[in-house]
This record gives sequence, C-alpha cells and structure tokens, in this order.
Amino acid sequence: MKFWQYAVVIAVFQAASIPSMAAPANAPAAAPASPVELAGDVKLVKVRDENGRKVQELVEPKVVVPGDTLVFSTRYRNGGPLPVTDFVVTNPLPAAVMLAPDGAEKHVVSVDGGKTWGALAGFQVDDGKGGKRPATAADVTHVRWTLALIQPGATGVLTYNAIVR
Amino acid sequence: MENALYRLFAIGVASGLTFAATTAHASGVEAGTLIANTASATYTSGGSPGSVNSNTVTVRVDELLDVAVSGTAGAPVAVGSGTVALPFTVTNTGNGPEAFNLTVNPAVPGNQFDASLVSIVVDSNNNGIYDPGTDTVLPTGSPTPSLDSDDTLTVFVLVTLPSGATDGQTSELRLTAAAVTGTGSPGTAFAGQGQGGGDAVVGTSGADDDGLDAMVASTANVSLVKSATISDPFGGSRPVPGATVTYTIVASVSGSGTASALRVTDAYPTGTTYQAGTLKLDSAALSDAADADAGSASTTGIDVLLGDVAGGTTKTVIFNVKIN
Repeated sequence: MKFWQYAVVIAVFQAASIPSMAAPANAPAAAPASPVELAGDVKLVKVRDENGRKVQELVEPKVVVPGDTLVFSTRYRNGGPLPVTDFVVTNPLPAAVMLAPDGAEKHVVSVDGGKTWGALAGFQVDDGKGGKRPATAADVTHVRWTLALIQPGATGVLTYNAIVR
Repeated sequence: MENALYRLFAIGVASGLTFAATTAHASGVEAGTLIANTASATYTSGGSPGSVNSNTVTVRVDELLDVAVSGTAGAPVAVGSGTVALPFTVTNTGNGPEAFNLTVNPAVPGNQFDASLVSIVVDSNNNGIYDPGTDTVLPTGSPTPSLDSDDTLTVFVLVTLPSGATDGQTSELRLTAAAVTGTGSPGTAFAGQGQGGGDAVVGTSGADDDGLDAMVASTANVSLVKSATISDPFGGSRPVPGATVTYTIVASVSGSGTASALRVTDAYPTGTTYQAGTLKLDSAALSDAADADAGSASTTGIDVLLGDVAGGTTKTVIFNVKIN
C-alpha cells in the first residue's frame, strides 16, 4: 500500500507547515464514520521521446516546475452497506495551478469561487477593462463531478489535469 | 471509471503548455510554493445527508533555472581613444532567486578587431547609464548579485580600442550569463539546491544565455603641415637679417573619431626672434602670456592647446619671427 504511505506523509507535512490550511472549518470533527471514502493523489505527466514518438507516462511528482502538467485524482469508494445517491465531489483548484485547457470542456466548472456551475464555454469573466470576455481554463476556480448512484462496494476515480502556473 | 483516469490524462497532455499565467510572475509560480489539493463530497445515504473530505495532497514547486541576456546598445557603439561602456541586460527568467556568472568574449567571428576588456560593471543605481565611481565593478570571477525571479540587472562591459584598429572597423562582443547553481540541458536537476529546499532544474534556456553588442572603431589621424613665407625689409622675400618670417602650421584631423587634447608646440629657429603679439589661432589673436586663452608664446617657442578636435576639422596656427 505504497499509495497510503505517501498520502499520510503528505498530510502530516501539510498540517505542520501551514496551519491555516489545516482541516477546513466545515470538516465533521466528530461526525459518524462516512460510508464514502475519498483518497486524493497527484501524479506528474512526463513526456518521453521514444524513437521519435512522444510517450506520456505518470510519475511521482518528485520534481515539479512551472509549465508541468499534474494529474489530481480522487478515488471514491462506497464502503457502507447502503447505496449512496446524489454524490457530488467538489475540488477547488489550488491557486498555483490552472485547469489544463485541453479537456477543460469535459468538466463541470465554476469560475466564481463555486457560486455558479456549468460548462466553461458558457461563462464570461471581467476583462479588467470594465467589460467581459469569455472565460478560459485559466479562470476556473473549481471543478465538480456529480454521480447519481454509487452501489455498496463500488469505486471509481475522478481526475482533472492541471498545469503549474 | 478506472479507465477514465488514463483517458482523461491522455487528452490533457496533448494540450501543449500554452497558458496565460495570472499569478504575479511571468516566469511562473515562485519556487518553493506548495500546491495543496483537497476534494470534498456531499451525498445522501440511507435517507440522510453526509459529507467527507479527501486527504490533502501537496506538491512543492521546484526552482527553474532560466536566464535571458540582451545587448541593449542598439546602434554600434563608437569606440575611440577612451573607455566605452557596452550595455547588457541580464533577466532572471527562472522562478526563484539566482546569481549568474558573467563571461565576456570579445573575439566574435567576423570581427575586424577584438575589443580590449577593462571590466564588468553593475548598474548599481539602476538608471541604465554607466556612472563611473557610482556603479560597482564586478570583481573578476565574481557572480552578479542574486536576482529575484523576473528581475533584470543592467551591466556594462567596459572596453577600449586595441592598438592597430583602424577607423570604421566593426566588431561585436558577447556577454554570457550562466546560473551559479548550474547549467546543462533542459531538465537537468540539482537535487536540494532549489529555493525552499526543493530541486533546481535547468529550464529551456539551459540556464545560460548570451547577447551581443556591436562596436565601430572611431579613430582620428592628425597631420601637421608647416610652411613659411618671408617678407624682407626691401619689399622682397629674401631671408636676410631684418626679414620677417610668417610660419603657418595647419593641423588636419581626419577620421570619424576625435583627437583629444591636441597640442601644437614649435620652437623658434636659431637666429630668430619671436615678434610679440603675432600668435594667432584660426586668424584670431592669442595673447603671448600663458593665460585663459589657448596659446602662449615664450622666448623659446609657441604652445597652442587645441583640445578635443573632431575628425574633419582643420586648425591653423600662425606666428611671426624676425631674422636677427
């Protein structure tokens, strides 16, 4: 279970170094155990040249610089005995990354901090000159996934690609 | 859903890395920045609502080593008799603070002369102009001060014209800046040497870059031609005692440069006596005394300081002596 070791180390490091970003205020401190588990992970996209062909692979993000593409994934699992319905996963984008433009149209996104949701193509944002311009992937603040039903024991992975600004 | 990860992933990578950075740095997120991602979910189970957060995954942004160098002189800089300053800019296009080693190569292929290097000077007061005594000379072998990401440093390479260069010859000089942490092919990593404890990684520039400034030799040649006309007491032109000799010295400066501190001196011939009040420069009278004007005449000779004389200019000195 190498994945879990990694995740735990990261979580400890995070809490120790940036107290302000520790558990969100709405975290259920003493709530009953959730039937649904979410496990986050991140991988770095590495493009190799193999006999003239570009080969992409996912690697541990040991070295990450601006311009790199990261794949953030959230694995969910319904560990409870009952079906889970109206399952909505919300992922605010860290400020230092932007949603990768290619494939952005496949996501349900928000460009206003999670207030309104929809396809990127339908949004406009302030152009900084008193007017509006079409929103781009760089304007996305959140991505969201909605699943109507997760049967007991079912799992899946939700991902988005992000480019380090 | 398991396959979806890899399908989405393939789409994302094909995008290329075109993006409009909205953060403060043109060169990207500052090295050492932590990227922390957390997802949260809401749901209904057994008729009651619930919510759950994922763990937070964190990635630290490593330091990209990149630099851009430009020669900013624009038109070729005229190099004459003095020291001239060739301006360059060195911009830290990486995402963390970095110092750069500077090297000068005056021998660029195609040069008609190779400038003589005096020193490299940092534009300490950041006004874009070389200020002798104010701007700091970079000791040989020392790197620049550390530059924050996106910061630009102006440096001046001070050079002189080598002996043997002739008027109108052209030359270029190359300044190279290399990241002190290291250079190499893009992607080369220096473990643990980045800002904030991460790695330092060579960027697309190779962590070094160079720029050129052009020069043109601007020299001046001085020729002196002395002539004499004689006027004897009998209305003729024979060199007899009592005859007056008018000497004319023409100083001609040629070339695109300037002859600096040009001075004309001439001793009277033996057996002649200077005629007081006859010294002239370009037909204007000069007093004999060594005073505010450009010339003086002593008992032994004349001395006229022409100063800085531009190429294409002619100066004429005239004085009279009498044959004893």
